[in-house]
Amino acid sequence: MTTLTHNKITGSILDLAKAQTSFGTLRQSAIKFIEENGLPAQKAEEYKFTPIVKKLESKLSNFHLAAATSISQSDVEQAMIPGLEADVLVFDNGHFSPALSSYTQDNYTVSLFSELDEQGQSTIGQVAKIEKDPFTALNSAIFADGISIEVQKNKAVTKPIVFMHFMQANQGDIIAPRIYIHGAEGTEASFLEQIISTDDKAYFFNPVVEVKVERNAHLRYYKLQDENPEALGVNNLEADIHRDATFTTVTLSLRGDMLRNNLNLNLLDSGCEGNMYGLYLLGETTHVDNHTNVDHTMPHSESNELYKGILADKSRGVFNGKIFVRQDAQKTNAFQQNNNILLSNEAIINTKPQLEIWADDVKCSHGCTTGQLDEEALFYLQARGIGKDQAKALLLYAFAGEVMDHIKIDVLKEHFIGLVQARLEKF
Amino acid sequence: MLSIKNLHASIEGTPILKGINLEIKAGEVHAIMGPNGSGKSTLASVLAGREEYEVTEGEVTFKGKDLLELSPEDRAREGVFLAFQYPVEIPGVSTTNFLRTAVNQVREYRGQEALDAVKFLSLMKEKMKLVEIDQKLMSRALNEGFSGGEKKRNEIFQMAMLEPTLSVLDETDSGLDIDALRIVSNGVNKLKSKDNATVVVTHYQRLLDYIVPDFVHVLYKGQIVKSGTKELAMELEEKGYDWIKAEVDGASV
Repeated sequence: MTTLTHNKITGSILDLAKAQTSFGTLRQSAIKFIEENGLPAQKAEEYKFTPIVKKLESKLSNFHLAAATSISQSDVEQAMIPGLEADVLVFDNGHFSPALSSYTQDNYTVSLFSELDEQGQSTIGQVAKIEKDPFTALNSAIFADGISIEVQKNKAVTKPIVFMHFMQANQGDIIAPRIYIHGAEGTEASFLEQIISTDDKAYFFNPVVEVKVERNAHLRYYKLQDENPEALGVNNLEADIHRDATFTTVTLSLRGDMLRNNLNLNLLDSGCEGNMYGLYLLGETTHVDNHTNVDHTMPHSESNELYKGILADKSRGVFNGKIFVRQDAQKTNAFQQNNNILLSNEAIINTKPQLEIWADDVKCSHGCTTGQLDEEALFYLQARGIGKDQAKALLLYAFAGEVMDHIKIDVLKEHFIGLVQARLEKF
Repeated sequence: MLSIKNLHASIEGTPILKGINLEIKAGEVHAIMGPNGSGKSTLASVLAGREEYEVTEGEVTFKGKDLLELSPEDRAREGVFLAFQYPVEIPGVSTTNFLRTAVNQVREYRGQEALDAVKFLSLMKEKMKLVEIDQKLMSRALNEGFSGGEKKRNEIFQMAMLEPTLSVLDETDSGLDIDALRIVSNGVNKLKSKDNATVVVTHYQRLLDYIVPDFVHVLYKGQIVKSGTKELAMELEEKGYDWIKAEVDGASV
């Protein structure tokens, strides 16, 4: 069982939580959870390779929610992905800014949590449960407000909806946005989460995104982590996926100090599908931890997972892939793959597939590999006149590019590929 | 064109080449033969710039330049081509993209304009005929899942595309059936001109029925112990290497 402990920051967090007056029920249970369990100590199994609490204690001084800063329209324009036609929802230190956002609400609506009626508010926390992870509890205890996105039944949102998060420690180091996405029956929509550090100072990004994917709905969630070298984060994304629905994530992680991604997909009915793809290209001392969890509960569901990593310098990667196949989940197909290339002797990868299968008629496969750049292949390319750096980038892209094929928006795909290639050329 | 003087090379401290001397002029075909372990492939690898081999003594000049000073890619750009004994499979890199990158980097180095997609494709079509290589292979990942013969044909195809002045064929014949051997050799012969030279490294005389050498050298224990014309190859075919071994080993006692 997870070892949790009280520590220096737990007290500050609880004071902060108790000062919040809204969303009483959720907040009270989160406070209770943290009071009872604290935040994960060094020995906590789920955080054993990612001592985030220690980092928070040593790097942050101000355990308060960061206030909004002075993000301008031109900051937003600069952060836009060139050529991408999108609806943009801007978050300034976790606070939704309608003034900076530009969105049509064609076939969907955006509401602040605080504007929702009681019934609407009661859905918050139903998907991302606080007992799943102490940092989901942390967000639940302290978040100020959030937004709820309702995609209308049987409608497709043609333009991707971008969550543009601007980060800057400001009278507080903690940034804790909260987003609830409801994809009603038969909907289609894509989301992109961009995290933009506006300076080089440390902050702690602790978002919770919960997604309810109703019958036959098809949602995609793309995430780009290219933060400043001091950035700390525990990102929580959880989705409930219902009958015949699909939910797909693609996560590209490039830089930060210590970034943890908790991704939980709950396959709740037959015919549903959950896909998790990720690519991490790390250098310097960046530490990225992808903790994924897919839970097959009913017959005939499918999950596909592919994470690839290239690690240079003193960077560290962690991959933990849990697959649960419950007793009722006969005829499950579950595939998981994690492949890594280490470019330096000091880079580290900890990879751990974790499969718990209770049903007896299932197809599950998993594999992980860790290797070096193929020197023989490198020489072959050089011997044909291709310069060493380019040959290296070509081989690394050949390894990593497969993940990019899962991005279904062309402009976005090209942009991600451009970022990947630029990063590879620096290895 | 190529001048090798007293070349010594070792791998992980073990000396393999122990004083090679060889002069190759434009328009010539040289065959390097010898028993297994004599250093044939090492010589090919050292010329191409494989890093595991350390040159401990001697010099190699190519068109007046110190070849050993150049990186493997610059050697290729200067016009040295090594057809690999074991071509490497590279998943995820398409043969066409790889070749276009290679051709254009070589052209850039030689001060020629980069080829656009259309010109590149027409050049490719022209050269594909030379080695009777299937168009389908071009869209596949480089050498991935290619048969032995297809890999070797692909080597000669790359050679045709890069237009080298010195081609070193490292055991290109090994593992080929007669049909494939004929096709590969035809390709090599068609690419031969008065301005380029070919070094054929082989264990078997059979290849030399198709690619006729001007000179034959026998490599043994890291040295060229005998040189001659194609008749030497015939003699080797008939009598094997033992008589040469005896001659050399006897002389050194």
